[in-house]
Amino acid sequence: MKRVRGTIRDFAATAVAVLREIFDEAAYARFLGRAGIVSSSEAYEAFWREREKSCARRPRCC
Amino acid sequence: MNKTLAILGWGTVALLGAVAVGVVAVRRGEPINALWLVVAAACCYALGYRFYSKFIAVKILALDGLRATPAERLENGRDFLVTNKWVVFGHHFAAIAGPGPLVGPVLAAQFGYLPGTMWVLAGAVFAGCVQDFVILLFSVRRDGKSLTEMAKDEIGRVGGFVAYLAVITILIILLGVVALIVVNALKASPWGTFTIAMTMPIALLMGVYLRRIRPGKVLEVSGMGFVLVLAAIWGGQYVSQNEAMARVFTFSAPALAILIMVYGFAASALPVWLLLAPRDYLSTFVKLGTIALLAVGIVALHPTLHMPALTRFVDGTGPVFAGKIFPFAFITIACGAISGFHALISSGTTPKLIARETQTRMVGYGAMMAESAVAVMAIIAACVMQPGIYFAINSPAGIVGQAPATAAATISSWGFPVTAADMQALAHAVGEQTLYNRTGGAPAFAVGMAHIFSHSLGGDTLMALWYHFAIMFEALFILTILDAGTRVARFMVQDALGHVYKPLGRTSWYPSILGTSGLIVAAWGYFLWQGVKDPLGGINSLWPLFGISNQLLATVALCVATTIIIKMHRAKYAAVTLVPLAWLIAVTFTASWHKIFDPNPRVGFLAQAEALAAGPATGATVRLIFNNRLDAAVTGGLVVMVTLVLAESLRQWLGILRGTKEARVKESPFVRTRLVEEQG
Repeated sequence: MKRVRGTIRDFAATAVAVLREIFDEAAYARFLGRAGIVSSSEAYEAFWREREKSCARRPRCC
Repeated sequence: MNKTLAILGWGTVALLGAVAVGVVAVRRGEPINALWLVVAAACCYALGYRFYSKFIAVKILALDGLRATPAERLENGRDFLVTNKWVVFGHHFAAIAGPGPLVGPVLAAQFGYLPGTMWVLAGAVFAGCVQDFVILLFSVRRDGKSLTEMAKDEIGRVGGFVAYLAVITILIILLGVVALIVVNALKASPWGTFTIAMTMPIALLMGVYLRRIRPGKVLEVSGMGFVLVLAAIWGGQYVSQNEAMARVFTFSAPALAILIMVYGFAASALPVWLLLAPRDYLSTFVKLGTIALLAVGIVALHPTLHMPALTRFVDGTGPVFAGKIFPFAFITIACGAISGFHALISSGTTPKLIARETQTRMVGYGAMMAESAVAVMAIIAACVMQPGIYFAINSPAGIVGQAPATAAATISSWGFPVTAADMQALAHAVGEQTLYNRTGGAPAFAVGMAHIFSHSLGGDTLMALWYHFAIMFEALFILTILDAGTRVARFMVQDALGHVYKPLGRTSWYPSILGTSGLIVAAWGYFLWQGVKDPLGGINSLWPLFGISNQLLATVALCVATTIIIKMHRAKYAAVTLVPLAWLIAVTFTASWHKIFDPNPRVGFLAQAEALAAGPATGATVRLIFNNRLDAAVTGGLVVMVTLVLAESLRQWLGILRGTKEARVKESPFVRTRLVEEQG
């Protein structure tokens, strides 16, 4: 039972990590860590200034 | 003991797979259960992954867990980043899964469920997954270089230039075609149009919320956006029932085409955070959830397939698109079997996130298998409908006639009974005025999906809501492709123009942004307009054009892969990429020949132009003649470009095999990984 709970917990943690990466939350957290700043409207603006070029070049498949 | 168990286990999977494929392939005359397709697919994927991908990984690519990847060597916290393999898998799957694996199989279902299913399974296991896997690995070994850069380095300048042109061309055709699918799904549909229109203010609201209120809380705002979209779907029924409101949201196809072009231009020119990114989040949120829901719905309901295994239209007289099963089934289904576009993703963001070379197998081969599974679900959704209904939805008025009674009589005369009353009842059930002539595949898929969902949850009373949910789901991520694709193409054009006049290459210079955005939108807008004005519904000419260009891009990718394999002194295993390459050449070149020169005006562009020229000359005829000649020229141009890459590749291969050319791969030097604790 403990092992099943552990597996479910691991699965949920991975699923959340996948979603955070897909939805750019992890990228934003890394940006904050790299810049040594806390989340704010200005920080998010700076994040997008940095990210705009690479994100906009990311193709989406048919 | 373990080995015996493994042999027994895999033997069982192989046996089960053989039985399921046998039932799918051999059963005739009576409907089969969709679960046979599910079991056949699951077994084929399991065997392909366990044995074929492992063979490629070990014998050809020699994946090296000790070799540091660019994510480790060049880590900068932005583009290059060591990432958990499941996270990369999810990221990669979200990028490759679009409307293609949903729409293509629905259109190809006019041949019956068998051709599409067999092509999706064999194509994915032996071609699509292989392409994605090897291109991903080769890009990882070259610091995450793009397909065009690898083509230039490994094949030569011609290869690089042609790959660049092919990418731009395929993007433009793709955007025109997907925009046409949305137009055909939303024309004269106030409910659908209202729902999609509402996603724009919702996305803007999400953008402002993310920027001003809760910076960076994307999952939270995507959840809120999703609730608002559901509210918009719910509200849509009241809009369609209110005469005044319904009039506001009822558009003809040309009007919708213009609105979509305006949207594409605005989305390309506006800041990413304001519209493009929130829409992308919303679309991904809906996409992942809906695909998972559909998989559960199919397994739970395990519906019966009413479409026969093979229809009479294998002879090329199909109403959805004209052309025989070979080669047209194989260009109609690209994504889901093999898609050249995937090579762009496999040599784009993904190689910069891979932590270890050994993970490229799971991410490259595995994610493509998942997309192929989506294509199988689309086949099931299309084939659960009564065939008469499927053909009534997907046949253009130019083939079956405008009046409901005439259309129903024509379709019934093909041996697929349907009545005008059946279609009226279905349209009423899904909250539409009519479902005739809804070419493009999206409405048919939506009806199939609504059928599966409503029978699993909510019954017939929720049929209309599920139908509009499905339309919203498709339109939402088609529009996401439209805005992201327009922007990607814009950047590519700006990069090229920057060599001519430097300021034009600056992605922040507004005259350049507006000019290049306008250029790209005008290019795909032309194809969209052509499709909207086409009496045969547009899909008949544009979807094959898209399929050909996409498969030709796959041809370029497989040329690059084969060249590298030969340079790696693995020529004896080159068949792994050479066989799919030979197949794609046969398919695309034959299809191109038919599309240009076939004497049947429904198939050949030039024959259609001639047939039109022989008739009375009106303004519309002159335009149609020009469009057909343009399509023929585009197809011919693509074939010439790919022939050049092939010739250049062949010269390389022969030179290396004869020993007159040095077999030097342009890989980054070996650096031992520091992620020692992760080695196992």
